[in-house]
Amino acid sequence: MKFDRPATQNPIDRLKVVGQPLDRIDGPLKTTGTAPYAYEHHDVVADAAYGWTIGAGIAIGRITRMDLAEAERAPGVIAIVTADNAGLLGKGDHNTVRLLGGPDVQHYHQAVALVIAESFEQARAAAGLVKIDYAAEPGVFDLTAAKGSAIAPEPNELTGPVDTRIGDFAAAFAEAPVTLDATYTTPDHSHAMMEPHATLAAWEGDRLTVWTSNQMIAWATADLAKTLGIAPENVRVVSPFIGGGFGGKLFLRADVLLAALGARAARRPVKVALQRPLIANNTTHRPATIQRIRIGARRDGTITAIGHESWSGDQPGGGLETAVSQTRLLYAGANRMTAMRLAELHLPEGNAMRAPGEAPGMMALEIAMDEVAEKLEIDPVEFRIINDTSVDPENPERPFSARALAECLRQGAERFGWNRRDPRPGRTRDGRWLIGMGVAAAFRNNLLITSGARVRLDGTGQVTVETDMTDIGTGSYTIIAQTAAEMMGVPVERVTVRLGDSDFPVSAGSGGQFGANNSTAGVYAACVKLREEIARRLGFNSEAAEFENGEVRSGNRAMPIAAAAAEGDIVAEDKIEYGDLSERYQQSTFGGHFVEVGVDIATGEARIRRMLAVCAAGRILNPKSARSQVIGAMTMGAGAALMEELAVDTRRGFFVNHDLAGYEVPVHADIPHQDVIFVDETDPMSSPMKAKGVGELGICGVAAAVANAVYNATGVRVRDYPITLDKYLDRLPDVA
Amino acid sequence: MQKLVPSSLSRRDLLAASTASLTGAVLAQAEDASPEETAHADAGTAMRPPIRAQVSFTVNDRPRELDLDTRTTLLDALREHLHLTGTKKGCDHGQCGACTVLVGGVRINSCLTLAVMHQGDAIITIEGLGTPENMHRMQTAFVKHDGYQCGYCTPGQICSAVAVIGEIEAGIPSHVTPDLTGTPELVAEEIRERMSGNICRCGAYSNIVDAITEVAGSRA
Amino acid sequence: MTPFTYERAGSPAEAAAAAARTPGARFIAGGTNLLDLMKLQIETPAHLIDVNGLALDTIEATKDGGLRIGALVRNTALAADRRVRRDYALLSRALLAGASGQLRNKATTAGNLLQRTRCPYFYDTVQPCNKRRPGSGCAAIGGVSRQLAIIGTSEACIATHPSDMAVALRALDASVETVQADGAPRRIPLAEFHRLPGDTPHIETVLEPGELITAVRLPKPVGGRHIYRKVRDRASYAFALVSIGAILHEDGSGQVALGGVAHKPWRVEAAEAELPRGAKAAAEQILAGARPSRDNAFKITLVERTLAAVLAEARG
Repeated sequence: MKFDRPATQNPIDRLKVVGQPLDRIDGPLKTTGTAPYAYEHHDVVADAAYGWTIGAGIAIGRITRMDLAEAERAPGVIAIVTADNAGLLGKGDHNTVRLLGGPDVQHYHQAVALVIAESFEQARAAAGLVKIDYAAEPGVFDLTAAKGSAIAPEPNELTGPVDTRIGDFAAAFAEAPVTLDATYTTPDHSHAMMEPHATLAAWEGDRLTVWTSNQMIAWATADLAKTLGIAPENVRVVSPFIGGGFGGKLFLRADVLLAALGARAARRPVKVALQRPLIANNTTHRPATIQRIRIGARRDGTITAIGHESWSGDQPGGGLETAVSQTRLLYAGANRMTAMRLAELHLPEGNAMRAPGEAPGMMALEIAMDEVAEKLEIDPVEFRIINDTSVDPENPERPFSARALAECLRQGAERFGWNRRDPRPGRTRDGRWLIGMGVAAAFRNNLLITSGARVRLDGTGQVTVETDMTDIGTGSYTIIAQTAAEMMGVPVERVTVRLGDSDFPVSAGSGGQFGANNSTAGVYAACVKLREEIARRLGFNSEAAEFENGEVRSGNRAMPIAAAAAEGDIVAEDKIEYGDLSERYQQSTFGGHFVEVGVDIATGEARIRRMLAVCAAGRILNPKSARSQVIGAMTMGAGAALMEELAVDTRRGFFVNHDLAGYEVPVHADIPHQDVIFVDETDPMSSPMKAKGVGELGICGVAAAVANAVYNATGVRVRDYPITLDKYLDRLPDVA
Repeated sequence: MQKLVPSSLSRRDLLAASTASLTGAVLAQAEDASPEETAHADAGTAMRPPIRAQVSFTVNDRPRELDLDTRTTLLDALREHLHLTGTKKGCDHGQCGACTVLVGGVRINSCLTLAVMHQGDAIITIEGLGTPENMHRMQTAFVKHDGYQCGYCTPGQICSAVAVIGEIEAGIPSHVTPDLTGTPELVAEEIRERMSGNICRCGAYSNIVDAITEVAGSRA
Repeated sequence: MTPFTYERAGSPAEAAAAAARTPGARFIAGGTNLLDLMKLQIETPAHLIDVNGLALDTIEATKDGGLRIGALVRNTALAADRRVRRDYALLSRALLAGASGQLRNKATTAGNLLQRTRCPYFYDTVQPCNKRRPGSGCAAIGGVSRQLAIIGTSEACIATHPSDMAVALRALDASVETVQADGAPRRIPLAEFHRLPGDTPHIETVLEPGELITAVRLPKPVGGRHIYRKVRDRASYAFALVSIGAILHEDGSGQVALGGVAHKPWRVEAAEAELPRGAKAAAEQILAGARPSRDNAFKITLVERTLAAVLAEARG
């Protein structure tokens, strides 16, 4: 189905099932521990051997000697895979760095061997007997030091232009009566999903099946085939449940490749879970940024000049963290510039993490907006509304498809009690706590991606949806069931959803908050086909036929849909494909974040007391699971604000705090009750579902709202995340 | 028989190894270690064949007898030997709480305890609390309040939640209990502090607290 | 984790004898730290002596009006004990500020004292670490050291002791009871129990070979305000940046011990005379001679400010 004209009335608009806050259909499995994750398929593969991954002990250099003799003789050892014996390997299109290193080492904890043994305990112990000598080489590990050598890389589809200029930024900035020129930093972040990257691999002759934990089945299938040098049709990737991804499982990773190689070497199924202490350095991370923001405004609050430059680093051949992207679209202003520069670093591979670009970009931009508002003595909510725009500021011919930023901010201010905030920092006390409130806009683009599905009706009236779409906690199972139920006019219990299998039609997959809208639109397309076939078989005019209560109806005539499949299942497959609506209309999601913090006046510990997000993201397909996506993103943003940082040892070139004790993410005690409001909105430009993404909107801006609240509490402006007490303790009021 | 410890160690060093300070293998490496060399265990010890031991306990009221490598954690015994995969391995180092189970009614991290140390114990896992067809009310409340997203930390959260209500009712204080000599209350702040050993990276905390509060309230 | 034999000990003397007899033996009780380190092959015992069956899990009143806490009393049970909550609130508070509910349910009194540093370079077995591999160097010095020690450090090691409980016990003038390999009992004041790193950071306590902790002894209650203040980035389930355990009396006198700053619970008795003069004076003396790194110099300010808050709380 080609979607190239704005959506009109369609069966989804009935909202009998779609739009309802249904409990997740996979909830009973997940809460009883019966949903099977990658390492847990004992039922399909009974005799898997165990793999233990060895990561490189240097950041860059060469392995000069690898002595496997003792390990190979160790009890229970079946095989050891290294680059020496793995055969010729390719590299996946989505990987920057090779997944199996050696003899060259490209980053710390790059996998260099897999030890396979009869038991987990034996594999782990034998790995301790592998002796590796390295010749380390000097590398570049410090973004600040490397900033001067950063270059403007070739632009591509993901980055957009690396330099943009509209009007005369320099002149307008020089003339502006009120200006800000400030530099902000965001650190490297780890996805830290709860389920480690894990894979069970089994070969049958030339055919390989991997049960893994992956967000993008088609990418994984193609990249695994390419890396192994085998035909893609000989690779099956299965990933029905994924214990969190956040971008860390977008790509083929070492667990998949090593399990496949291990199973080949061991001549039996092998399973591998990356050990937790390896994950931070072995896999990908959100790269650190240095961001310079310049804003010039008139005294009435109108922005006349806005400039945003960002520096990030990555492995040779790697890419940019596109931290300036939102600044091209979020606020009006006649004179604008953005620039992105990339430094070559030898830290582990940087790549996408929840809202790449916007998440770190909004962390900086929305502090800058707070700073300018303060200089202007304009309320920061009002300042943002003054600079709202209904068109793409770089191209006024191009309107937003929907843009409720001002409404989100106004409604949020009202609900949060923003008028109780004292704009003078450091003035509000509650016992030992300095209290502050902060606001930030939320912004994340909506992406349109082709997505397919197959729908089957059987003789009992059961509808089965199959698509390689994944559910990484986002609620895909449930919203897809809701979509099919709405389209086919059956209760949600009559829909079976099967996901995450490369035998199913290729979907958008899970990433970039594009999963929900695109994958359900693909299911919509397949359901339209199925409706047509059912109508045809039962002798209805498909244009006039209505599907309701398990029946097809037209005029006075009604037939149960099951009757259409009496002679055998009916199968329909289609995909949603998009025209140029996203070029003609800028499609984005908007919100307002409101946060109240308390800062201990003596120790400087910052604790969040209240959080509210107001979101405008098109039609909300399931308010219950969508709300969960938003609160989860707010929680990750709270971590980014107050604690998360992969600490770089700039001498040795690795992330030092590479486990869940060292890399602190928020715990229960850090997160108060969270409120989320969805603004009533449908976006006919996005898809027949009229929905947009929401899972990443929630993280964009929230950290800045926390930062602004800390400033309002203390009067100390911290521009380097995370905002930990050591950065402002000496500027807090005297307590002695 | 293979030697158990390197011959270079003195008797005093061997004895010291039984206190908290150092181990034979570590000391033996000191002489020839290069910083660039992957740390590896002393071959003499590591090359020993696995040592097996029998252990019997009940899991979800069902008697189990296992013959295990002594190195097997309770977590791996459950997941890899009994195929009770509801208990999750998130970190294997006591840093996340995904492996939480109840032993003798007490919640512990099953990754940081050896299976052989549980002779005679009564172990309850997520599978023992309820099934999809017959859910424990905490499981039902988690579904109702959407107290999970990816589902991987969820069994640990639920086992912990069941125990937390019991701990508060038993009067065990927490870090946030205002008066140590008083009785802790079943309030959100107490639940948050006590649940803090169960990390949820999806960030379902606010909903989890709602689910636990509902179950706790219905008991009060 | 290398293979090990396993036995359950029947009595303390038997356990100590078994440890003396068996090369490479280690005691295991809660296991929450030992197993963590065994998985990383930082600890590689050849034999484990499970001491959980020893009857060392009671808390008894002593003749001098104090308490004798069995080595195997779990952290949860110790924190919840009515007498501890009433008379040694500092100890309850310190325990409850540590780890998580699950870990406190398993961790024991003796094991808590013997837990090893959480220095990330100690945990990363590829990195040089004099504590893990004597003579290999210290990667933490000049490295990422925000969490690490500022005082009592050496050229060989800047690790901290991670225990909250030990900080409280130090302020409470506790002592450790042991049985030695030959069966003889010994009592060690907590002040002398942990060592500074010096040039042997791998030797962390004064325990003799085969010596087994049987109990921790608390002197009779001294009254006063008991405050344990733990400062950390996240609100729970995190190690301290700095912690202060304090017992403060109405006349302004008191006992103060610090966590998160040194290789052992840090207390300078002589500095306590300064307490009536305020936090700044006392903190200056407590931390005299501190040698922080660029990453952790903030701990000096943090100790002073936190102590000020603790003193204010005691007055208020």
